[in-house]
Amino acid sequence: MDKHSALLWMENVSKAFPGVQALENVNLYVNSGEVLGLIGQNGAGKSTLMKILSGVYTIDSGDLYFGGQPLHIHNPHHAQEIGISIIYQELNLMPNLSVMENIFVGREPGSTLFVSRRRLEQQTRAILDRMHMQLRPTALVRSLSVAEQQMVEIAKAISRDVRVLIMDEPTSALSETEVETLFEIIGELKRSGVAVIFISHRLEEVLHICDRVTVLRDGKNAGDALVKDVTRDDLIRMMVGRSLEQFFHRNAHLDAVAAGGAADAILEVQELVRIGTPVNPAAVVLDHVSFNLRRGEILGLAGLVGAGRTELVRTIFGADRRAGGRILVEGRPVDIRSPVDAIRLGIGLVPEDRKAQGLILGLAVRINMTLAHLDQLSRADFVQLGVERRLVEEYIQRFEIRTPSMEQRVVNLSGGNQQKVVIAKWLMLNPKILIMDEPTRGIDVGAKSEIYELMHRLATQGISIIMISSEFPELIAMCDRIVCLAEGRVTGEVTRAEASLETLMHYCTLRQQVVITEGTVSL
Amino acid sequence: MTTQSTARAAATRKVNWSDYASQFGALGVLIVICVVFAIIEPAFVSPINLFNVLRQVSIYGLLALGMTFVILTGGIDLSIGSLLALAGLVAAATYKGGTGLLSAGTAGQAQGFGLWAAIGAAIAVGVIGGLLQGLGVSRLKVPPFIVTLGGLTAFRGAALLFSGGQPISTFTDEYKFWGQGMIGPVPVPVIIFLSFAVVAFIVLRYTRFGRRVYAVGGNPEAARLSGLNVKNITLSVYVITGFFAGLSGFLLSSRLNSAEQVAGVGYELTVIAGVVIGGTSLFGGEGGIFGTVVGILLIGVLSNGLTLMNVSPYYQQILVGLIIVFAVYLDQLIKRRR
Repeated sequence: MDKHSALLWMENVSKAFPGVQALENVNLYVNSGEVLGLIGQNGAGKSTLMKILSGVYTIDSGDLYFGGQPLHIHNPHHAQEIGISIIYQELNLMPNLSVMENIFVGREPGSTLFVSRRRLEQQTRAILDRMHMQLRPTALVRSLSVAEQQMVEIAKAISRDVRVLIMDEPTSALSETEVETLFEIIGELKRSGVAVIFISHRLEEVLHICDRVTVLRDGKNAGDALVKDVTRDDLIRMMVGRSLEQFFHRNAHLDAVAAGGAADAILEVQELVRIGTPVNPAAVVLDHVSFNLRRGEILGLAGLVGAGRTELVRTIFGADRRAGGRILVEGRPVDIRSPVDAIRLGIGLVPEDRKAQGLILGLAVRINMTLAHLDQLSRADFVQLGVERRLVEEYIQRFEIRTPSMEQRVVNLSGGNQQKVVIAKWLMLNPKILIMDEPTRGIDVGAKSEIYELMHRLATQGISIIMISSEFPELIAMCDRIVCLAEGRVTGEVTRAEASLETLMHYCTLRQQVVITEGTVSL
Repeated sequence: MTTQSTARAAATRKVNWSDYASQFGALGVLIVICVVFAIIEPAFVSPINLFNVLRQVSIYGLLALGMTFVILTGGIDLSIGSLLALAGLVAAATYKGGTGLLSAGTAGQAQGFGLWAAIGAAIAVGVIGGLLQGLGVSRLKVPPFIVTLGGLTAFRGAALLFSGGQPISTFTDEYKFWGQGMIGPVPVPVIIFLSFAVVAFIVLRYTRFGRRVYAVGGNPEAARLSGLNVKNITLSVYVITGFFAGLSGFLLSSRLNSAEQVAGVGYELTVIAGVVIGGTSLFGGEGGIFGTVVGILLIGVLSNGLTLMNVSPYYQQILVGLIIVFAVYLDQLIKRRR
């Protein structure tokens, strides 16, 4: 392969920002009809590379070739003109416009003044049919699921005759079945000769859908291989220079605890019912959910998207209203009506979306960390700044939070360090129960392993943890027991010994109407 | 972490005052304008004139202190001008002993309830007005813009009803002292304004409550999930603006020697402008009292300096409008660099 035959060829590309060399002599190429996986820890340079291709950044040095010709990308508009499109994690659609209006925004067919809705609909339908997308052209985008909105983005790129389509973590918000649909669409793109660059943290998916994979580490090339020649462990080694065993090493210190049975339950949830979603006020979200959490245990909640895991923990925490059922903490019935009540009972919640729910991004690390702890830190309503600083400093060191100072705004921290700030916020309160909803979502492999280690330490200290994760291998490795949910009901409970991908998938799909293909189970 | 934010983190590492940067932006403009005025018109820098400026801005300033709390939570209070008028009338009527709604204007000779009762009544009216609006925002979940737009109209109507359209004028020296008097060379309203500014600064910066105000404005959902009582914090900031509106109502009636139902018309816009010029974000969670004081001073200095230079008030309004936009633009420039 050389620069004249590849569709897109990047050679010795470097890019520096003040204080950091983001990319150093990086090489990358992709061919027509090829799906290239681009992987690396957060901060490895993937985003920078993609922003160069999409025209957001210009390179400091290096060469770009497109279809054998030297290429200079001036701006995002220019990138789109030559056929390079990018679909970001945060989708860029106008929610109050229809599917077809979004796809052809700025290029609507018709006369100068008037849009021809008939032709708009025809052209949209043509694209949707070609890609086998089940969407109504006139549907409003805000009524679509995330997966469907993603389809609209893809259709938009196709309408612009895309030749290189970059997808940044496209599956992070999708359910297993939606991922399957996305992969079918990617297959369709491949057949029509589009080069796809697939950026993902989910290595199983990369191995499943990609032809070739390029690995970045610290802004440099760390490997390039055909997918058929590598294993998951190989990829992880390339990404971090360490092997897999180091990430999953839950010791079985809790076998004794597990044997203790329900008598030692610190939290008992009985027949919990929750009714109503923003879209459908009558929907049954949680249908008589019951389970126990034992002292010092890590309990997993498994389920596919829409199973009600997040809704369940938010209801327990008092963030959302429950319609029925009982909750007992240490054997006593409690009435949790708000997070204030939950916190008083020693329950903490590390929410699913740390940026939207866990942190106040514009404020300093120090202020975020002590936010739930102000009552204890204050004397006559004045925050005791000296005590506060010492406490924050202690937690920064204990959790190895990498921040230039405690006055740094959390928006400037990496995902893993942000998550540690959220966790530190709760640990300051000495909780008995810590609920962690997707604690490792969107953070890099190194930080993940730190979070795992931290969870082990907490469990050993006697803190009971409820962990939600969409990644089954993570649950299997971390949890003493896993409760499976499907469509708002408990469908099974497996112990550590019984837990396997197959059993979890079995229980989590018990009430699902859709057919799960073999490819999904093999993840 | 994206490389971009790594770079940003590296760039801000040495700049510890970045939290103040937006507030300093307005300070820079204020200093430049003061220097320009001092050069063109030396009378501007005389102590008498400077205290005059402070006296002129002290009512706006007090209102802006309260407004800063509300805007920090991501809210807005449009009702302060109307509430001020109502509170001023209630203070005047209490002092002069008006008994009924309509007799208030003619009850000049009746026996009143004393100065402290008047001040207390004005503040009570403000606090109750703020409480009602705060309940509307925090419990009924009506957007603050709408609730206080309603307040803007309703309190003005209440002021008209209470006064019967007649101003209540001519007070004793004891009453006028608060708006017109001096302690040494310093006008009394200036002392009141600066004292409350210090209190407000300390509350926002050093107390639990202040922290929570920033947290609620920065991310209400995260604040709620951290166990903060977002509803009550939201409620309390409207009570605070109400308190300052009430106090200002009394002070204005004292300074003008007359409580009028048309007092304070349009004040909310000047006050909001001052707060925003001072670098407090209309989206909440960012800004502070220091910036607000600077922003309000900026507006006061401009109008005073231009008047000294015999610039027509019409031009002054145009210029103030331009400065508002420019100051916020400058603020954004600084923020983008962080």
